[in-house]
Amino acid sequence: MSEQIQLIFSDETLAVAQGIIKRFPEAKKKSALIPLLHLAQAEFDGWLSPEAMIYVASLIEIQPIEAFETASFYSMFNMKPVGKCVLEVCRTSSCWLLGAEDIVNHIEKKLGIKAGETSKDGMFTLKTVECLGSCGTAPILQCGGDYYENLTLEKVDSLMDKMQQDGSRRVYTKDAPIEI
Amino acid sequence: MSRKILLANDHISGIRGLSVYRQNGGYKALEKALKTMTPEQIVEEVKTSGLRGRGGAGFPTGMKWSFLAKPEGVARYLVCNADESEPGTFKDRYLMERIPHLLVEGMIASSFALGARSSYIYIRGEYYYIARILEQAINEAYESGLLGKNILNSGFDHDCYVQVGAGAYICGEETALLESLEGKRGNPRIKPPFPAIAGLYGCPTVVNNVETIAAVIPIIEMGGAAYAAIGIGKSTGTKLISASGHINKPGVYEIELGLPVEEFIYSDQYCGGIRGGRELKAVVAGGSSVPILPKELILKTAAGEPRLMSYESLSDGGFATGTMLGSGGFIAMDDTTSIVKNLWNFTRFYHHESCGQCSPCREGTGWMEKILHKILDGKGSISDIDLLWDIQSKIEGKTICPLGEAAAWPVASAIRHFRAEFEEYVRNGRSVKDVKHYYRLNNIPEPVYA
Repeated sequence: MSEQIQLIFSDETLAVAQGIIKRFPEAKKKSALIPLLHLAQAEFDGWLSPEAMIYVASLIEIQPIEAFETASFYSMFNMKPVGKCVLEVCRTSSCWLLGAEDIVNHIEKKLGIKAGETSKDGMFTLKTVECLGSCGTAPILQCGGDYYENLTLEKVDSLMDKMQQDGSRRVYTKDAPIEI
Repeated sequence: MSRKILLANDHISGIRGLSVYRQNGGYKALEKALKTMTPEQIVEEVKTSGLRGRGGAGFPTGMKWSFLAKPEGVARYLVCNADESEPGTFKDRYLMERIPHLLVEGMIASSFALGARSSYIYIRGEYYYIARILEQAINEAYESGLLGKNILNSGFDHDCYVQVGAGAYICGEETALLESLEGKRGNPRIKPPFPAIAGLYGCPTVVNNVETIAAVIPIIEMGGAAYAAIGIGKSTGTKLISASGHINKPGVYEIELGLPVEEFIYSDQYCGGIRGGRELKAVVAGGSSVPILPKELILKTAAGEPRLMSYESLSDGGFATGTMLGSGGFIAMDDTTSIVKNLWNFTRFYHHESCGQCSPCREGTGWMEKILHKILDGKGSISDIDLLWDIQSKIEGKTICPLGEAAAWPVASAIRHFRAEFEEYVRNGRSVKDVKHYYRLNNIPEPVYA
């Protein structure tokens, strides 16, 4: 596999990255790894390819394997390509008591996929995730930086229609809430 | 006994911004601390206040602070645990989103008391939008000389930074949090050494929950003794309770510790009772990790005393008949709830979130999840129930970090208090409404668990 670095941050993102690196002692740049992986995932199509991780590792002077080791631990990092809108439905505790399974089943039927998969048009990926800290406004889903709370099946339909129309990729690093 | 100390100003429009926060008394406590108190005096006030860790463990905060080692020439750190991931808990989210400056002010004042030159707020990655809100508040603080060099002309320099996580419940455990803050996988460390001796980068570190650090501000304002006068016994002050589940009014409630549980569930001032006119069946009072209790035992202790929202009262009876205040994630379940299904949901959570270091946890949680799934699938046997009990007992106390206990306790308490439901599931594949009725009808002596 080629180790040639092809991905690099835009000037704007690089400036943010360098600001983050400065938050830590000079000898402890590795602390910036997780924030930088978030920036990389947002910038490079919503997932962390080996090239993306190699690039991030180079920015903080660590080995590529260290970046992979850390990235593969955390559930918010996508190690495979994903759709433009990753619908993360909470499946724990109060959300589950208040209808999360219905939401998941509904989206699975609507898109013809199972949880964990991406729709054929590359628009949606459905993920079920653990408690998002929204138990009082359950059931909920997260997409990018936005929480969509007090969901009903109608609201889910409305949300997905608007996302489809909008067509843009949604990332954690930006707020872009949709009215439903 | 609704008592608003932390959330006194949460309804004020614009309180998220620095100027409105200051107009309503914000940063006066910091000024008082920096200009009229020594670090030692602040630590004493926190000790006197009786404040206990609000993240779940309830460890006395003043004592934790006093453990901080102070070797010459070595940096000290304060780290705020904003990784809130305990199912049922959403109070830190509410506080940070509504009044971020309360946390920022708490960070600066606490860092002054601890001698920390830099501090970090480690916030779970899913709360990314709140990380942005916190960074905005921190920028405002820097612009007004409340952070950076020579804060308020006191000679105290301090930098505070926000660090996002990336989705890992285990990073709420303080040593796993530090590992994550260092850019690594969230594997907890063996304690001792405790973070107070060797924490972030091996330096003396204090890790405190969001609510704990926020509470330092009113403690400075009113003094430790006044804070200790609120609450009951060793449960001083107020607690933010995240109420959810089958109740009419879910949300975050700040209560004076000592409030009767019955009032908390049924009063219109709080949860407003069980929705749809149904009956309460069970409560998980402090986040999914604490023992589940049936209605009779959550409203009253085994001795017949009214149960109160406090550390001591909720723990009355040990795990035989009690539970814990924990994080204050209060989940109420009505009589349509299948305890077995709910347990499967929790156990799946712990299996997913296990970091994988310790065999008892890594293998045990997966095994318990499979057995519960098997039972729910109609293929379980009575011996599976005893097997579940056996597995959880072999996880408890045998792991590097408390996630093992957190996974074991829900299994133990569900079987202890609702065994009949498991048996009913095995025999007939359905939930049981009345546990005692089942035993009486079937002439089975009720099982006794230690």
